[in-house]
Amino acid sequence: MTYHFSLSLSLYLLLFTYFPSNSQSNQFCKTDIGIGEVGCGILSPPSSTTKLLIKGGTVVNAHHQEFADVYVEDGIIVAVEPNLRELCYVRFFAELAESNAKWNKVGDDVKVIDATGKYVMPGGIDPHTHLAMEALNTESVDDFFSGQAAALAGGTTMHIDFVIPVNGSLTAGLEVYEEKAKKSCMDYGFHMVITKFDDIVSRDMEIMVKEKGINSFKFFLAYKGVLMVNDELLLEGLKRCKSLGALAMVHAENGDAVFEGQKRMIQLGITGPEGHALSRPPLLEGEATARAIRLAGFVNTPLYVVHVMSIDAMEEIARARKSGLLYLISSFLFYYWLSSTIYEFGNKDDVPFKAFIVTTRLLYVLLAVVPGSVANYFPKCVALLSSLLPSLAFIKTSRNLSYGTLNRVVKCTSTTRFYSRHIGQRVVGEPVVSGLVLDDSRLWDSDFTTASKYVMSPPIRASGHGKALQGALSNGVLQLVGTDHCVFNSTQKAFGIDDFRKIPNGVNGIEERMHLVWDTMVESGQISITDYVRVTSTEWIFNMYPRKGAIIPGSDADIIILNPHSTFEINARSHHSRTDTNVYEGRRGKGKVEVTIAGGRVVWENNELKVVPGSGKYIKMAPFSYLFSGLDRADASYLSSLNAPVNRFKSTT
Amino acid sequence: MACRFYLFFSLSLLLFAPSNSQSNQFCEAGIGYGEVGCGISSSTKLLIKGGTVVNAHHQEVADVYVEDGIIVAVKPNLKVSDGVKVIDATGKFVMPGGIDPHTHLAMEFMGTETIDDFFSGQAAALAGGTTMHIDFVIPVNGSLIAGLETYEEKAKKSCMDYGFHMAITKFDDIVSRDMEIIVKEKGINSFKFFLAYKGSLMVNDELLLEGLKRCKSLGALAMVHAENGDAVFEGQKRMIELGITGPEGHALSRPPVLEGEATARAIRLAGFVNTPLYVVHVMSIDAMEEIAKARKSGSNPSAISHFLKASQNLSLGTLNRVVKCISIARFSLRHIGQRVVGEPVVSGLVLDDSGLWDSDFATASKYVMSPPIRASGHDKALQGALSNGVLQLVGTDHCVFNSTQKAFGIDDFRKIPNGVNGIEERMHLVWNTMVESGQISITDYVRVTSTEWYALTVTLRYARIFNIYPRKGAIIAGSDADIIILNPNSSFEINARSHHSRTDTNVYEGRRGKGKVEVTIAGGHVVWENNELKVVPGSGKYIEMPPFNYLFSGIDKADASYLSSLNAPVKRSKSTT
Repeated sequence: MTYHFSLSLSLYLLLFTYFPSNSQSNQFCKTDIGIGEVGCGILSPPSSTTKLLIKGGTVVNAHHQEFADVYVEDGIIVAVEPNLRELCYVRFFAELAESNAKWNKVGDDVKVIDATGKYVMPGGIDPHTHLAMEALNTESVDDFFSGQAAALAGGTTMHIDFVIPVNGSLTAGLEVYEEKAKKSCMDYGFHMVITKFDDIVSRDMEIMVKEKGINSFKFFLAYKGVLMVNDELLLEGLKRCKSLGALAMVHAENGDAVFEGQKRMIQLGITGPEGHALSRPPLLEGEATARAIRLAGFVNTPLYVVHVMSIDAMEEIARARKSGLLYLISSFLFYYWLSSTIYEFGNKDDVPFKAFIVTTRLLYVLLAVVPGSVANYFPKCVALLSSLLPSLAFIKTSRNLSYGTLNRVVKCTSTTRFYSRHIGQRVVGEPVVSGLVLDDSRLWDSDFTTASKYVMSPPIRASGHGKALQGALSNGVLQLVGTDHCVFNSTQKAFGIDDFRKIPNGVNGIEERMHLVWDTMVESGQISITDYVRVTSTEWIFNMYPRKGAIIPGSDADIIILNPHSTFEINARSHHSRTDTNVYEGRRGKGKVEVTIAGGRVVWENNELKVVPGSGKYIKMAPFSYLFSGLDRADASYLSSLNAPVNRFKSTT
Repeated sequence: MACRFYLFFSLSLLLFAPSNSQSNQFCEAGIGYGEVGCGISSSTKLLIKGGTVVNAHHQEVADVYVEDGIIVAVKPNLKVSDGVKVIDATGKFVMPGGIDPHTHLAMEFMGTETIDDFFSGQAAALAGGTTMHIDFVIPVNGSLIAGLETYEEKAKKSCMDYGFHMAITKFDDIVSRDMEIIVKEKGINSFKFFLAYKGSLMVNDELLLEGLKRCKSLGALAMVHAENGDAVFEGQKRMIELGITGPEGHALSRPPVLEGEATARAIRLAGFVNTPLYVVHVMSIDAMEEIAKARKSGSNPSAISHFLKASQNLSLGTLNRVVKCISIARFSLRHIGQRVVGEPVVSGLVLDDSGLWDSDFATASKYVMSPPIRASGHDKALQGALSNGVLQLVGTDHCVFNSTQKAFGIDDFRKIPNGVNGIEERMHLVWNTMVESGQISITDYVRVTSTEWYALTVTLRYARIFNIYPRKGAIIAGSDADIIILNPNSSFEINARSHHSRTDTNVYEGRRGKGKVEVTIAGGHVVWENNELKVVPGSGKYIEMPPFNYLFSGIDKADASYLSSLNAPVKRSKSTT
């Protein structure tokens, strides 16, 4: 049974006349069917084209970009090299004598896509989505098929969704989500939410990590009475995460205070969507972020803060990631200053003086390396040691420079900044697209439908926060961009027409993310193209690299081709999500994803989507990502720093 | 019945002081309530001649004349008739008696009771130049009224003036109503919330928010003990699992990060409610920095950049001008930013945690208090914060247990009763650490040890309506005659043998320094002179403190501007879909 599914632009108009109404499920293949391997929607001549050659583009990875061709076979990237076609021929001529048939096979089967002048990049990975999620007695309108279809149309080829436990049971929750995900048309992974903690949950967490391929657990500090956990539970959860090598994630808002803020707004007669934002100001996000960071630091386990929406929260993350830096900078500068001052004033031929210089430098090295607490926080101790050598060389050379002290200090600082990535607390901050590019003004719109579509938690903030978050993303304080895609149509949003507390929370973004990040961050010159790949798809954090998030031989063939000269425009009529509104309505920008390849198949080309329910694979994620490396050493150094227990005679009094 | 008791520095007395005969050391508690009763040398007219009179705002050489417990005149070269006791203060500082904003006398805690009651603790205070303290009433089964009754009974033996804070451990309609009674009828204007002591005193954020709102509506100051109780509990379990059961485990189980966390949380929740907050016993850099941040918040960036610019243009004679700049900037900082008051305690200012690692349990355990005394470095930072105005006034958290009581926790630090001494040592140690070292001026000394608290209790409205002068914390005509005479050239030495507290240990054992309180006058009576203490149980008065102190002025305007900033509700036609 094969389904043909090709969304052409002409078909759009036809479809959309009745689209926002009730017939949404007709838009795509029926969900419970067509789970077959190649099934529906693959381009008309059932060219089970599993061989692709992307020619002439600029291949961009997080660490490097180069002109190269990309050759894909059976869903895997086989080769990334310049002029692959020629190489293919060479290989072919060598093999010609052996098999004539092979020539035909290779030549005919390989679909060639011209990417000249375009960027060939890893498909986006959205680390934060809620498809088919039940919330406030309703369910988000995008399920695993429609949401993923939208994602693919926007250049995202994998997402990680949040499994919500059923009555606190992780296993039951996972079963529900496995069922929901059967209709997937792209690869996906799961995070797991923890809402209570007992021996069963603790045991199930282990099962999730060791057997089910889930390596992250989320704790809600908001949604009092529903999902919220208190500090006691959070601490238990953090400890458990640490022992399992799983990443702890937090939704950071103070739920008690939000509840209080909501009461206040209702008392003030503010029942509209603006009350949502006013009831949970940035202060409460900053508070919860600070708390989660400190508790994670207390347990010494990595922390991932989802949807960082405010300057307040971002600054807490910045502070934590910097912690420990000051010590290093000050010791560096001090000993540098000391040795250079003495050098300048001293008799340079004096032997004891030389000895003194050597000693101070040694002291510097010792101070920078020996204190276990500092050294052990470096995931790569070796990297530190080797990087110390150039910095010593730097001291030496800069001494020969004249008296431009300022210059030297700047250099000193920049050298030391290099270390800052490796010390400090292991906190990952995730902005979401809505927080980066929107502001809260529309929540005050006099039309309820317009205003309510912007309702999400934490709320979209006042103008200024977005720019600050962009800055934080560009300078590395924040690391990767999610969407929190969780859409409800305007009928569902209208549940809260008399009370903002009943408006289902969530905005779209899964389809728009790649375009908006490109336009906002790359086009504006805030980040480089390699950075773009890093923040939208590289997956060290969830331990899927290099299978995902890279264009290198052996990686999954999840690839997008982005044309920087083309333009995009976003509106609810043409988007692929099932929701009838779009918070980015009317946005235009440069840079368009023209081709999306998922699992080696071209699923988006010429503005046509060709997707198959059931073709998406569940991606297991292994625990103990790089964030965990060296934690044991930090623990050991913590223990040795205690100087305890003290031996005491028990004979007192 | 008159009871006269002189404490000489005679060895005969002191030899048995630390032992079991402590209750003999002073008048029996239940007696001597009479108005002027025992020990008072009925000389109610005093002239303090030739000293330098120091107030928080000003110092001058002047005589001070006292009649019937009230300061009548402060002028140079006062002439008085005979029959007036004259005290020569030439070359010495005449200052308001200290006010200790944070004590726990006769408190039941961790299965035992602090060994200093309202008489012995206050006697020690007077010997150290403190003439008033504010103690914390602990509710009985959550009932504020029952708690207050208990404390009123305990305080009957007082020999100096005192006031009360009230702790809040649960919140319901009864507590809410009682809070109003306590403020409006009982003269208490501050409520304390413990974010630590899980399972006994700790409150969660929900209760804290309710409490903050109630405090705001009553004009009462909200205070917090800021440590994350859940995490402390976790830390304690961790230490026990690691086999660390000694006093050092106490400090290790509750590191500065948890104090910083709770401080940040309380500040933000108070900001959310828009009510002033008082953070008790700031012990760490972490907590202090949160307070600094909050007090700076909203500070006009242009003012700061202006200041920086100006200071850059200064050339060689910079120091003087920079100092002036800073003092101007400090002035403006007082009036912007969040209303947060930070209180360091003496132990946090002058001690470090090394004593907790002592191999003698009795020595190590005496340093156990919460939040713990921190590693070396925190003390200096707190001193700096006190001198630059980030922290405002110094308390003690005087809460003493003798070594027998501390030994309850010989096998488990969690059972060591928490608390250190300080009520007697505070004035000397702050003088020596802060003034002698040049970190603060003498007028600042008066502010941080005495005036600041009283400022917190004087409502502007009250002062305007009744046109009253500050009763406490100042040496001006009309104030209560709570006065100390400090000789900056004399020296002090602290040890458990000679101190006046009933406890048998002293965390400042062996400390010496310059500056000695030679005379203490409380309520117009000389209670400490020539190293002799003359105190009368029952002579202390309860000082009622009115609500709506200066921290509340303008809160209503801030609320109004908050409300108008909302631009809500938005008018919408209901016809959707």
